[in-house]
Amino acid sequence: MTTTKTKKPTVVEKKLISLADIVIQAAERSKDPTLQIPIRALSNVAFNEKKGLIEMGSKKQERSFFNVGMAKRFMQTVLVADALSELQRADLTTSLREIYYRTKHTIKDSHENTFDAQDESDPVIEDLEVSLAALREELHVSAENRGSIVGPVIFGDDGDRVDCSKLGKGGYSVPSIVEPEYLEIRRCTADFVLLVEKGTQWNRLSEDKFWRRYNCILLTGNGQPPRGVRRLACRLHEEHRLPVYVLVDNDPWGYYIYSVVKQGSINLAFESERMAIPKAKFVGLSSADPENYELPRNVGIKLNDKDIARAKELLNYQWFKKPTWQAEIKRMLASGLKYELDALANKDFQFLTKKYLPKKLQERDWLD
Amino acid sequence: MATKKASAAETESKSSASRSTSEPVATKKPAAKPAERVTAVEMGARQREISVSEFFTKNRHLLGFDNPRKALLTCVKEAVDNALDACEEAGILPDVTVRLEVVSNGQPVAASQANRFRVTVTDNGPGIVRQQIPRIFAKLLYGSKFHRLRMSRGQQGIGISAAGMYGQLTTGKPVKIISRIGPKAAAHFFEVQIDTKKNEPLVHENKQIDWEQPRGTQVALEVEGKYQKGRASVDEWLEQTSIANPHVKLIYHTPEGETKEYARTYHELPPQPREIKPHPYGIEFGMLLKMLQDTKSHTVAGFLESDFCRVSTQIAEEICKAAKVSPEAKPRELKGPMAETLYKTLQETKLMAPPTNCISPIGEKAILSGLYKQIKGEFYTAVSRPPAVYRGNPFIIEAGLAYGNRPQDQNKPQQPTMPKAEGEGEEEDSELARVIRYANRVPLLYQQSACSTFKAVLSTTWKNYGLSQSRGALPGGPMVIFVHMASVWVPFTSESKEAIADYDEIQKEITLALRECGRRLGLFVRRRERAASEFRRRNIFELYIEEVVEACNRLKGGKLPKEKLKAQLQKIASTRTGGQKTDQALGKTGAGPEGLPHSIIVTAEGIEGETALATQIEADQATAVTTAEPHLQEEKQANVASASKRKVATPSLLEQSSRKVKTTPGGKSSKLTKTTVLRKPK
Repeated sequence: MTTTKTKKPTVVEKKLISLADIVIQAAERSKDPTLQIPIRALSNVAFNEKKGLIEMGSKKQERSFFNVGMAKRFMQTVLVADALSELQRADLTTSLREIYYRTKHTIKDSHENTFDAQDESDPVIEDLEVSLAALREELHVSAENRGSIVGPVIFGDDGDRVDCSKLGKGGYSVPSIVEPEYLEIRRCTADFVLLVEKGTQWNRLSEDKFWRRYNCILLTGNGQPPRGVRRLACRLHEEHRLPVYVLVDNDPWGYYIYSVVKQGSINLAFESERMAIPKAKFVGLSSADPENYELPRNVGIKLNDKDIARAKELLNYQWFKKPTWQAEIKRMLASGLKYELDALANKDFQFLTKKYLPKKLQERDWLD
Repeated sequence: MATKKASAAETESKSSASRSTSEPVATKKPAAKPAERVTAVEMGARQREISVSEFFTKNRHLLGFDNPRKALLTCVKEAVDNALDACEEAGILPDVTVRLEVVSNGQPVAASQANRFRVTVTDNGPGIVRQQIPRIFAKLLYGSKFHRLRMSRGQQGIGISAAGMYGQLTTGKPVKIISRIGPKAAAHFFEVQIDTKKNEPLVHENKQIDWEQPRGTQVALEVEGKYQKGRASVDEWLEQTSIANPHVKLIYHTPEGETKEYARTYHELPPQPREIKPHPYGIEFGMLLKMLQDTKSHTVAGFLESDFCRVSTQIAEEICKAAKVSPEAKPRELKGPMAETLYKTLQETKLMAPPTNCISPIGEKAILSGLYKQIKGEFYTAVSRPPAVYRGNPFIIEAGLAYGNRPQDQNKPQQPTMPKAEGEGEEEDSELARVIRYANRVPLLYQQSACSTFKAVLSTTWKNYGLSQSRGALPGGPMVIFVHMASVWVPFTSESKEAIADYDEIQKEITLALRECGRRLGLFVRRRERAASEFRRRNIFELYIEEVVEACNRLKGGKLPKEKLKAQLQKIASTRTGGQKTDQALGKTGAGPEGLPHSIIVTAEGIEGETALATQIEADQATAVTTAEPHLQEEKQANVASASKRKVATPSLLEQSSRKVKTTPGGKSSKLTKTTVLRKPK
């Protein structure tokens, strides 16, 4: 595809080439070429209570070529590996979507495409990350930027100085890769980090200059925070000893976002070490809040079947076994209602920034 | 019918018949005026004999002359049945020519519009002696077949004379017969009609003529009829006849001027069926009484022993003892309760089943060759059941299947594969299987749903054999199901011989035969399916191998021996998807799969299974094409000899035969050579 550079192959590149060797050696011995890929599912994660992290187990699944169910996946894996090694040689960083387009073509003499949609190539990249024990950054792949930050922190990004206290209410868009080589934290004077689930509430806080009054960093991941946001929060926590508070909707999905930030996710359990913040705190919305803050019942939303099923799943996760959490989730189930952060606006547009958060933080009313 | 004769009324009726010919045939009811009293004497004067011929004139539907279309078929059928029965009984391989011509007065009429036809059937049979000709063709219930228990197509001696009578009734024309009993004898020409009242022949014309055939019989009938192709047509009947009678050479001149030739593909006559005596289980009480009267034996024991089969001297004595009848008693004197006890005892005594060598089945090989010749398919199989017995009558059930489309036909409608749009699916193939039914080698075309064979087909669970089948329906096709019942006495539901009656024993045998066919088909279908799915798997792998090899090559910096890796992977793909077997089952190698027993499998490359048989058919067709002139029986037999010689042929002979085949337009020569070599010596 591209001319090979004369420089020596990197460690990652060697790992990628080893895939081709697996195929060649198997073919030599008339064996079925098989890749060992660690399983990224609940069955292969364990909660390390001591560290407060979700850790990946050692279970692996075989992905073999001569199996009708896996043949295509196998072919896709090799194709992606090829594209990734090309990136290594050219020393470029690209997006998941570009990888998808780079590897997509129609197979000769057929109507079949190597990939039909990006959601086929993304998991393959994750598979390679896990099985080659290479981080996404090392593979030179970045996700779409998603997430914003504002507050008293100064970054160095490609030599540019980014002062997040001087970026108006829009803030700085968190890059996908925030490793020190890519993003340098030059100065940080904040007292804590507030990670907000929703972009709208982050906007409210940013507009009200909440961060200035309380000297904090406001972060959002617009829903489930992407790796960049999680990693940045983790770095701020570890490198600058900032406590991290999580503000999410009061529903099972909100709880899970908090748990991902705190203990790591099932899918990316292999990155928990780098991403999880075991000391993160859950500030809200708690199922006790509607009563404490006198939210009227009519701003609640009835839990649907999916919500209830998900909540029951959470109850069984080891990392939700703490009595306070069991009580929290059961209380939500008992009320049969969920509340969005936005519902606080029912009291006042600035209820969140002026009353709710100050009170919460002052009373240290959070869940661990 | 004959038993109804009241001897007392006989003389009287004859006189009354001459008195008033215009009077309708007597009904036994008195005139419908209640006020008028009629004396017994007057009534007696009206009661008279009904001539058999007159009876059938009024009840022609009983014999299959219900409508013009069916009547035309019945005429052809009766004439051909007679011709075949005669040839087979005389041990001659039958050559039969059927000619249908439109009879019009003046203007030519299209065959489909015409309502009058001349049916001419010519055979190469033994011929008929001059004295018998009039009676055979112009006397109802006259013949050799009624009084004996022997398997034959015709049974009652009604058929051909009824056809003649039908012609006489609808066109007024006599039946014309030419017959010659050998090259040295003269050919006789007859024109006969039936005296419908007396059931006696009227000879119009009787002369010696020159005839080009050395031996045989020709019957020409002129009848009212309707010619229409399609289901239950003359064409269909003849085609089906040729399937069940591959030993017959049949030439058919259609009324439209076409000539269809059904070649002989099986060169052995079916074994001669033997005549048997009735089995005690198969007779009715009335029959026993009649037999007691007619017997030539002087003692009951002797009667039992000589007039029935499977009754030995010892058993006869045991029966007599059990029935408390003296073995020495005179049969004619045995009447009333005595006879009834004898009858009951006969039914209760344990007896051996009747001998079954009286039946001559078509045979699996012959069915296969017949099906292969006439029906296009991929898979053929045939099963002959061992003989069984219903009500003292031995019978054999045979079944066959022809399944699928011939590979040539599969290739035809193949359209370029296009991506399917939403809502576009595979087109449903809703064709159902067809059942062809036979009784003593005669195709049955009417009343399918009343027939025991059809019911057995429906009650078979074809889903077990990999076919689709809706509830209470025929299985999904394309498939032809062949069922044949051979028996000394086929139980029909009616006189017109259209459907086989539903006896449990018969039904059971049919079901067993069908199941065996189904199992073989299932093996074939499943093997095909398995191979097809393996083949799909292999395609998937092969599709991706290219990609994987290319990607590996790039990963290795373009220094990979690509072709080697590709070949290695392809080899793994092939072995992991059934390897050679898959190709073979799908007919992609040309070597062919192992044939299933008594089955022919046709693939794109050629024929598998009973290859010897199938290629023999092809070769015969080839010779039939090359030798166009009409040949005589002697030549035919020479052909048979050479065909049988070919089976154990020396290499030189093999070459000869294959070279001969190479001249055929079929162009399967290479295949033929191979299969000829493969042929196992018998």
